[in-house]
Amino acid sequence: MLQCVSYVLLGLSLLFISQAEASDSAASLQASLALLKQSSMTARKQAITQLGEGHQPRSLVILHALLVGQLFILKSTDTMVLAEAQAEQAFTVYAAESNKDLGKFLAAELSKINLTNALRSQVRQLIAELEINAEQPATRLAAVKKCAESVDDHLLSIIKARLPIETDAQVKQAIQQVLLLQDMTQGAKSERIAAMKVLKNQDSLAVVNQLKTFVEKDSEGQFLETDADIRHVAEAALTTITQRMHWYAGIETVFFGLSLGAVLVLSAIGLAITFGVMGVINMAHGELMMLGAYTTYVLQQLLPNHVGLSLLLAIPAAFLLSAVVGMLIERGIIRFLYGRPLETLLATFGVSLLLQQLVRTLFSPLNKSVATPQWLSGSWQVNDFLSLTWNRFYIFVFCLVVFVALMQLLKRTRLGLEVRAVAQNRTMAKAMGIPTAQVDALTFGLGSGIAGVAGVALSQITNVGPNLGQAYIVDSFMVVVFGGVGNLLGTLVAGFSLGIANKFLEPFAGAVLAKILLLIFIILFIQKHPRGLFPQKGRAADS
Amino acid sequence: MKNYSVVGKKYFLMLSLCASLVVNAQAEETIKVGVLHSLSGTMAISETTLKDTMLMLIEEQNKKGGLLGKKLEAVVVDPASNWPLFAEKARELLTKDKVSAIFGCWTSVSRKSVLPVIEELNGILFYPVQYEGEESSKNVFYTGAAPNQQAIPAVDYLMNDLKVKRWVLAGTDYVYPRTTNKILEAYLKAKGVAKKDIMINYTPFGHSDWQSIVAEVKKFGSAGKKTAVVSTINGDANVPFYKELGNQGVSAENIPVVAFSVGEEELSGVDTKPLVGHLAAWNYFMSIDTTKNAAFIKQWHDYIKNPKRVTNDPMEAHYLGFNMWVKAVEKAGTTDAEAVQKAMIGIDYPNLTGGIAKMLPNHHISKPVLIGEIQDDGQFMTVWQTNKVVDGDAWSDFLPDSKPIIADWTAPIQCGNYNTKTKKCSGQNY
Repeated sequence: MLQCVSYVLLGLSLLFISQAEASDSAASLQASLALLKQSSMTARKQAITQLGEGHQPRSLVILHALLVGQLFILKSTDTMVLAEAQAEQAFTVYAAESNKDLGKFLAAELSKINLTNALRSQVRQLIAELEINAEQPATRLAAVKKCAESVDDHLLSIIKARLPIETDAQVKQAIQQVLLLQDMTQGAKSERIAAMKVLKNQDSLAVVNQLKTFVEKDSEGQFLETDADIRHVAEAALTTITQRMHWYAGIETVFFGLSLGAVLVLSAIGLAITFGVMGVINMAHGELMMLGAYTTYVLQQLLPNHVGLSLLLAIPAAFLLSAVVGMLIERGIIRFLYGRPLETLLATFGVSLLLQQLVRTLFSPLNKSVATPQWLSGSWQVNDFLSLTWNRFYIFVFCLVVFVALMQLLKRTRLGLEVRAVAQNRTMAKAMGIPTAQVDALTFGLGSGIAGVAGVALSQITNVGPNLGQAYIVDSFMVVVFGGVGNLLGTLVAGFSLGIANKFLEPFAGAVLAKILLLIFIILFIQKHPRGLFPQKGRAADS
Repeated sequence: MKNYSVVGKKYFLMLSLCASLVVNAQAEETIKVGVLHSLSGTMAISETTLKDTMLMLIEEQNKKGGLLGKKLEAVVVDPASNWPLFAEKARELLTKDKVSAIFGCWTSVSRKSVLPVIEELNGILFYPVQYEGEESSKNVFYTGAAPNQQAIPAVDYLMNDLKVKRWVLAGTDYVYPRTTNKILEAYLKAKGVAKKDIMINYTPFGHSDWQSIVAEVKKFGSAGKKTAVVSTINGDANVPFYKELGNQGVSAENIPVVAFSVGEEELSGVDTKPLVGHLAAWNYFMSIDTTKNAAFIKQWHDYIKNPKRVTNDPMEAHYLGFNMWVKAVEKAGTTDAEAVQKAMIGIDYPNLTGGIAKMLPNHHISKPVLIGEIQDDGQFMTVWQTNKVVDGDAWSDFLPDSKPIIADWTAPIQCGNYNTKTKKCSGQNY
């Protein structure tokens, strides 16, 4: 009852304040913008605080713009403006106070308001505080979660005030968790124990950290928490949560392994065709991937405002480019060297150097920056203990799609049939009227094209530069040999198992040693099973 | 032998006197300067810029009338990122081209490769890159930062200003990160940081799959104490590292990363979005607003004919090293290595960022230390700096083995590895 009254009072007083402020809010906005214009960070800090105090819809817009770097000083008039990048170097500019469209300006006419980390987190905090009463439930949820990170009395009172009027179940739960956490540390003994019993079923890092402080000892070996009962409950709660944490950590490691495996499979699968099916040791395979990555870069340069679209377009473009280059290599060099693996190896190594130097001359030896579209960045936050990054997730899916498409192509189409026939018995296939030379060129083109497609995927996770190919060529050969030459499914299984094994070893052994251990394992494995995991059987394999 | 060389010197002096008399007739006589930077291979990315910087500085000096009345001539060789080739090329520069000084090297391993050659032939090498210390050669002048001019102040900043309590020391697996981390670990422990609050991690060159390491850092940093990453990750591997940090939701506000090898040049080929707010410690930033720096940037843009090119810390180091060498040669009145080495100590020259760089008896220089936050345009915004220049310390005071050791190339010590306890001078360890 008493609480209720106090909320009404609070609401009334807020109303009163907002009315009183309406008149001079424009002036306060102007004052804080003027303060923000100064280059000193202490002045900016003060300005941000003022923007929060003179709270009105416009200040929230300004704070958001400040956070994402869209708040500028227009040099000609020395006023604060919001600017949105249109094309390269061109901005559409709006007045910060009135949102009036001021037209288009060049980057040189604007000077950006920079923030330091400290200011950035201040702004974020302030936005969260102001957005606890926002309209969108998702915004409110994010705001509550942000406030929960560093809760103080002021924030607590705002959050508490929100609870009775909150309609969204998720936000309600988040608020209750904040309050429970507060109970757990500051409530009476029974409240604390009750809170712990509820909170132990929630996957929250804040809970874990708080519980840990209950069972910690100080430097003299005395428990920080004096009440033994609370310690026992806390310990039990910690055990349950830790069990779940281990479980999630396991899922995470498998995901990491699968995504590393997906990259390995993608880069090896083209090689599985050229090396596995045709028996050509193509040292330029890595450079064909590099060409795919550069295709992505070039398309992004051509379509600077459509990052996502250019990435999707890059997939067929990279396939075509790499396939054509691959076929040229096959027709121009490799076909003269069939049955002479050593010469093929040397010749294709030469080609790889040529392609690298070509790229250095055309694009400079510096790495190129390939932008990542919004839907590929960030992660899917399952809960506090588990988050899966989108780019890796999509690459995993992409890898499976490419693999299935390739399998279908080899199994269901005429080209696939011919490829398999030539791989099994070249002379017989020729005798049956299959144009083997043409099939060779197409097969090599197919393998190369897939390398190009892999390059598009790689451009999203690693550096696009002349050395991109070299970093993956050894791994690719490793996967193909381990999986069994000439067996696409073997490549898939080998890639994923190597990826997962690597990720399980890494936490114990470190990145360097994990890789060494895997290589040693593969050397030993090949000694025992020279034909890999899934050796080809039958007469064709023996010849 | 000694007499012979004295006679030789006199003879040489007389000859050069004659030569200077007929200097107008022999207009082609020049002072040769060796430039030993990789123009191909993995290090070409960083080192090509330094070659261009040297050519620009030499051209500028020639416009001013050269040195000792002679024109300077650059001899550029390409050691191709191949460490043993650095030694061969250095030998070629000193014996065949008879250069007066060499400006070069980037990685520590290339410097270690050149060391025995330059000491045997008594040449002069100016080394412009921040490095791990624990070295001072009579023939090398270190114009980059020693650990106490970069790593230690950065850690101090994190500890005092950002109140960091837990530390991740992440590095590429080779000599510079390993030595730097050894020093930092000792320093942190001396400051009372518990062993469980320090996590050390090494990765191979060009590492691209950072998922589990970033997840581990995230876990390490979510224990309720402020955590920071001190990164000695070198080269290409940085881009996927920062990308993964961004993707896993680790922002500079939660877990800041302070890097010692990420500068303007490295950021120019990178999508800077995930990096904004992370830190770097250097002795020079392109964004520093001084008239000297503005002039230097303009000179660089005019020379390279591309207004988008950036300047960086090692470029400033060459700028300082070259101008100091010019001053020393003028002071000595000769390019003779022995005389110039003596004259170098005590030479000072203004930094581009303010303050005076002075060549110390240990062959390191004094520099200001700056800490900057990365902005989305690839530049740094200075958030902290030392209020005066810091003297470079060759031998770290935080490693028990090198604590009593000092370097002093003035009389009476004349040693780069002098133990103040045993009063003994140990030689160079390559």
